[in-house]
Amino acid sequence: MSMTTETASAGFAARPGSSLERIRVRRLAKNFGALEVFRDVNFDLGEREIVTIVGPSGCGKTTLLRCIDGLLPVDEGEIWCGREQITEPIAGVAMVFQHFGLFPWKTVYDNVAYGLRMAGVSAAELAERVPQFIKLVGLGGFEHAYPWQMSGGMQQRCGLARALAIEPSVLLMDEPFAAVDAQTREILQFELLRIWETRPTSMIFVTHSIEEAVLMGDRVFVLKGRPSNIAKVVDIDLPRPRSRETLRAARFTELRELVWSTLMKEAREAEFHLER
Amino acid sequence: MSAVNEAPAGAATVGQRPTAAAKKDRPPIWQRSAFYRYGFLIVILLLWEILGPLVNPIFFSYPSKIAVAFVNLTLSGELIYYLLQSLQVLFYGLSFAIVIGIPLAVLMARVKPVDWALELPVNALYATPMVALVPILVLWFGIYMTAKIIVVFLFAVFPILINTYQGVRECDKNLLEVARSFRSSEWQTWKEVLLPFAVPYIAAGIRLAIGRGLVGMVIAEFYTTISGLGYMITRYANIFEMDKTFVPVILLMFLGVTLTALLKRLERRIAPWSRADT
Repeated sequence: MSMTTETASAGFAARPGSSLERIRVRRLAKNFGALEVFRDVNFDLGEREIVTIVGPSGCGKTTLLRCIDGLLPVDEGEIWCGREQITEPIAGVAMVFQHFGLFPWKTVYDNVAYGLRMAGVSAAELAERVPQFIKLVGLGGFEHAYPWQMSGGMQQRCGLARALAIEPSVLLMDEPFAAVDAQTREILQFELLRIWETRPTSMIFVTHSIEEAVLMGDRVFVLKGRPSNIAKVVDIDLPRPRSRETLRAARFTELRELVWSTLMKEAREAEFHLER
Repeated sequence: MSAVNEAPAGAATVGQRPTAAAKKDRPPIWQRSAFYRYGFLIVILLLWEILGPLVNPIFFSYPSKIAVAFVNLTLSGELIYYLLQSLQVLFYGLSFAIVIGIPLAVLMARVKPVDWALELPVNALYATPMVALVPILVLWFGIYMTAKIIVVFLFAVFPILINTYQGVRECDKNLLEVARSFRSSEWQTWKEVLLPFAVPYIAAGIRLAIGRGLVGMVIAEFYTTISGLGYMITRYANIFEMDKTFVPVILLMFLGVTLTALLKRLERRIAPWSRADT
């Protein structure tokens, strides 16, 4: 996956040799008023690739992801998904939220069906497709449960099923397991890896856990600086399918330490930083 | 609103709330709410029954005498006749208040210019003692059904409007973002997110509206044609038949309490996720 620096305008009509990019981000910048969040962010996301983004808190990881989903306008640069420029949420991209974002008045079935219904899928087709994805995430039998009856882990499984159900070409994960307890988090990580093996979708995965970033990703982007940009790209050459074994591999520890050392200095600066 | 982690999350128990378990060990009677709720009511009625007859019957009456009057008025059909007239006015007035109040509120909460334009008039009308408008409305709309329905509508619409507006404005921003992320249209967002979220607020608004609607109804009946419970009250008060005067008054109390309780039940059924009040 080359980090080409060709301009986005040239890339639209013809993209020689790299038709496998799912997302291309060029010279992206975002400000909140006078605060520059990130600047000059460039990367490509390949087909079936998982890119994880780590960075100190407040570095704009989530903001970047929300820009890519089309939820936030960018101040500079461009985001492309295939031939479509993202300025609004598009059909081929789905997001899994840290806060789960389940509708409390909808059952598991109706929550999972939500994206499909918004896309105008017929009730007959829903009845066929929705249960399939509920089973995929291991919620079979809980179709009629409400979010408030479920544990955090179950809720995020539901959120994942809702995103997968629209069969997106790109999945955006916004710290999806940050709100669940440590054990559940580990279970869900391996669940996600299992699901990814059955249907490999391109994914951008934002996390603040270095371990999670290395376990999940094909590449880890370290986002740092104020305004931040991609300071380092770490290629994760751990074999797939990954499992609990992966956590014990010497190479895993090595890569984790590499990402950690890149992040460390910045993390200290971020911790001892006063808001103006 | 928190996730229920401790509940046995088996497929069989899903869909019902754990209420049966609490029934087993109930507290002693003097710690139960029902004891005080109904006990106090009985004390009041007893005191009233004992002390009531001491007052000149031209000014006052007491429970047993009122009960007899209630039976008589019911058997003669008079009470039912006037009650139905009142209920009709209340029904139409409240219905219009709901049908107009809710969409207008969502529109105000979602479309800034509408909000800017209507904020002042709505607040001004809400603050106006509606009673002051009744004679004017009678002048404009006459003394028949239309005028009464409009009065009830005006009494009832503002609590619904203001509560719904509040509910929509306070809608969870995260959920709105999810709706956007999954490409919901504005109308779909109303239907799937904003209105369901606002259900508890809307229900609270309708509860208030019932109370105010009843007031509007009686006042309208005082001012207009011979009809309804309001008319019954003025007529029997004018001829000093206090027992018969109290019958519609107590019926109105009963109506208010019953309708409000019914709505609370309905609210719990259609919005089980909001367990704000007990």
